[in-house]
Amino acid sequence: MNAQALLEIADDELILGWRNSEWTGIAPFLEEDVAFSSIAQNEVGHARALYQLVAEELGTTADELAFDRKPEEYQCSQFVELRLVPDWARTIARHCLYEDADERRIKALVESDDPEVAGLAAKIDREEAYHRMHAQMWFERLQGEPQFQEALEELRPMVDQRGEHLPEFEQLWEEMTEVRRSVAGATW
Amino acid sequence: MVTEERVWQALAEIPDPEIPPISIVDLGVVRDVSVENGTVHVEFTPTFLGCPALEVMRDQMAERIRELGAEPEVEVVLDDSWSTDRITPEGREKLRASGFAPPAPRESGGPQLVQLRSKAFKCPYCGSTETRLESIFGPTPCRSVRYCESCRQPFEQFKTI
Repeated sequence: MNAQALLEIADDELILGWRNSEWTGIAPFLEEDVAFSSIAQNEVGHARALYQLVAEELGTTADELAFDRKPEEYQCSQFVELRLVPDWARTIARHCLYEDADERRIKALVESDDPEVAGLAAKIDREEAYHRMHAQMWFERLQGEPQFQEALEELRPMVDQRGEHLPEFEQLWEEMTEVRRSVAGATW
Repeated sequence: MVTEERVWQALAEIPDPEIPPISIVDLGVVRDVSVENGTVHVEFTPTFLGCPALEVMRDQMAERIRELGAEPEVEVVLDDSWSTDRITPEGREKLRASGFAPPAPRESGGPQLVQLRSKAFKCPYCGSTETRLESIFGPTPCRSVRYCESCRQPFEQFKTI
């Protein structure tokens, strides 16, 4: 098992799940409020399952990986760190680009020699199929809009950009880890 | 002495926390039950990985097994073995009777948008296939929302996973 590679994916899913959940209650349509909340819930669920696999390998726990690391230890891409609320065009552009890139890496994991990794990846892929269809519907709807095309052009080069975190990641991290930092070992 | 059959019976009495008309055994999430020296080992497969009902189901299973006088050992299996095809025929009928359209059978290649947009899905109220996709996501990630053109009733369609 390549724990580092799995951690990258898990971190992307956790942070994107967080960002998607920022639309809960304020999306432009009720259906999208529900969709982004559901997608966020799925992404966080995928992160948790991946953290569990990695945690067994590293002798730690999923919660410790998700909440007890320092900001610089997270491996997520800058692309998922971007705080895009309230910009719907850029949010949908990221959604389309992310689902496309994510499909490729998850499908590669389905072919893994490690049966645990392959099995989990296959399950994740079947859930992601609905994220992809949701992204596809929005792509069809917005593809003729210059604002959406500009957002795609702007964000495309960022998809797999890792390394330094964006300034807005710090604030996300503080909020996300607040409970665990105030009550060590808190569970919920 | 607790038998496997007795455990299956007890688990079949646990309602799905989100859709109480069907039990967790109807839902097909209990993959295996084995009993050894007073310990009951249950293999449990999540439906959706982010489903908040997972912990509730796991704890309820453990509680039922303790009530039988045995020690529970519930193993959560994170592989690809659960699918909506594992929902039992009884479970599907209970879903339909509660106003949820049961999931379509799983096909190779996974679900496609063109299929969701087709009129292949049956209204659980009137049986018409004159239904259209309203939203891929519904009240929970496992359901979509469709609208029946015949009886003019919106309904929840189980996603095929």
